Amino acid sequence: MKRIRFNQQEIVFAVFAVLFLTFSIFLRGFLSPENMLTLLQNVAVLGILGLAMAIVVIGRGIDISLIAALAVPPGLVLQMVQNGHSLPASLLTAVLLTIAFGLVNGWLIAYAEVPSLFATLATGLLLAGLGQAALFQLDVVQWSDGMKGFERLGQGTILGIPTSIVMFAIACAVVAFLLRRTRWGAYIYAIGDNPYAARVTGIPSRPIIVLQYVVAALIGCFAGLVMAASVNSMPTRIFNSTLIYDVILVVVLGGIGLSGGRGGVLNVIIGTLLIGTMLNGMTIMDISYAGQNLVKGVVLLLAVLTDSFLNPRNEETAQQGDI
Amino acid sequence: MKYAVRTAKVIATALGLAAIAAPALAQQGLDEPFQKPFKEALAGKTVAYVPVAMNFDLTEGWYAGLKKELEPFGVKFEIRDPNWNTNAGAQAVTSLISEKPAVMVIHNPDVQTYARLLQRAENEGIYVIQINMGSAYRSSAFVGANWIEIGERDTEAVVKACQGKSNKIAVVQGALSAAASAYTLKGVENVLAKHPEIKVVSSQAADWDAAKAKAITQTVLKQNPDLCGIVGFWDGMDIGTAAAVKEAGLTGKVFVATSGGGERKGACELVKSGAFDLDMSYDVPTQAAQMAGTIKWLLSSGAKPGSIKGSEYTTLIPITKENADSQTACWNLSDLKK
Repeated sequence: MKRIRFNQQEIVFAVFAVLFLTFSIFLRGFLSPENMLTLLQNVAVLGILGLAMAIVVIGRGIDISLIAALAVPPGLVLQMVQNGHSLPASLLTAVLLTIAFGLVNGWLIAYAEVPSLFATLATGLLLAGLGQAALFQLDVVQWSDGMKGFERLGQGTILGIPTSIVMFAIACAVVAFLLRRTRWGAYIYAIGDNPYAARVTGIPSRPIIVLQYVVAALIGCFAGLVMAASVNSMPTRIFNSTLIYDVILVVVLGGIGLSGGRGGVLNVIIGTLLIGTMLNGMTIMDISYAGQNLVKGVVLLLAVLTDSFLNPRNEETAQQGDI
Repeated sequence: MKYAVRTAKVIATALGLAAIAAPALAQQGLDEPFQKPFKEALAGKTVAYVPVAMNFDLTEGWYAGLKKELEPFGVKFEIRDPNWNTNAGAQAVTSLISEKPAVMVIHNPDVQTYARLLQRAENEGIYVIQINMGSAYRSSAFVGANWIEIGERDTEAVVKACQGKSNKIAVVQGALSAAASAYTLKGVENVLAKHPEIKVVSSQAADWDAAKAKAITQTVLKQNPDLCGIVGFWDGMDIGTAAAVKEAGLTGKVFVATSGGGERKGACELVKSGAFDLDMSYDVPTQAAQMAGTIKWLLSSGAKPGSIKGSEYTTLIPITKENADSQTACWNLSDLKK
């Protein structure tokens, strides 16, 4: 088979490079080291979420409930501490809740064989609803004195680098290790590439699928803790926002096909960088909100169009489940 | 003579007795003629409440305040929570019109969506009270903040803090679709028109989202480290704005003005910590009390819904370091619910 010369990952990287160069030349203050750090810092949480989504998408699934995992368990930590519980106990409760949530997701998809899109759509609503109805007093859970010191997870710097970037880097390293260096990671790729073949070859595909959703939920919870620490509160209403589309965008734009089995951490980093560069450049230029959406839409459309021109889909290249 | 003295004694005793007896007669009580019709006008009536969503300080505060004031009079309180969904809200209002409550308390998501529905409701004989966000239709009463005034006072404070400094300010707007945000921006513009020396280096919408507000502010501060003030549009979002200022090490150097409902954790605590320099509060419990008062007045007046129309703009409380410690500047939701 003829090797496809440009894949989506390279196209997006090229778009990113062009944008970056243009901004560097024409935008005063864009290329300064401080601004570069700000750029990364602003998309760090998005990047961490992208990693969680990547794990699931590589295994040919999708996790719409990720934002619920980002909002509810960290919100619970803040609420419990506000109500007078100790920080470690609250964190433990939140982690247990997250694991339970991941297990429910995984069980529904792997054993009850509900399509991941519907399963996570429903469980996400369930968890967010539970949070609103039973766990939180208000949508925005405020920081309290008992959380003192914990804000260092999302604020300040480590060796001159903003902490949230360091957290993104750590998450990248952990996920890269999981995907590339462990047997489980290899199984995830195998299941994503062809779930039936994977099962026939004896891969324990159901437990691995459960594992994917548990890991994704845990990463989501971690992203939420970083976010809460960074803004000194947990706006749990973020569940109603369009953040989940941005996460899918980062993953797909970076070149991880929704059909599964392809891509890795590098793709997430590239997708995150592109979004980050666009947002940062447009903020510096003080472009209006509507204008920003227009630019975002056009750039994304260009990337997707270029991809389908250079890599036309046909019966041979298209996979089942390709969107 | 003896007889005369005795007679005088009898008269005196009689007078004394009369003096004692007179108040005893009055103790039988006097009926106040207006309280009974008032009680009857309220008892068993239904008040329906449609906020844009529950679970945040403003709407929870209004709810608790209204309930506390009205339920003792036998008023039934119904709530429809559209949870930020404008369509669901319009449906709730439509179905309420056919259920005919006595009063509807409406928190509009925007100026247009409910306008016609509210007019229909008043034509059908339901009093409509609009809170904090008015619609294009003027109903029996509007109780709420004057957003233009908030924008003006916040900006005036920022302009004042900028005197002798760089005169560079930033504006962090809410969601573009929200009229509250657009009105506040008008207030900002009104003040800036009088101060041509002030330069707005950034005016962007953060969608009421703290994380977005932080990202925007960080970038703006990196480009303009000499920024002297920021006008934010809601304290719940401007936690992010303040976090960016703090991380840049500019707390105290960049004046952050914002507005909100005045809940203790969201307003006073943050002013005390130095995150905000000014938080214009529209004091939710007072708004709730005013709404409850209006409902009592309307129900007992017997006026035809829609025949009288008025506004009660909230008297704003500027929360600064001076009064953030006081008991009255802010309120606790948990206390209001008691």
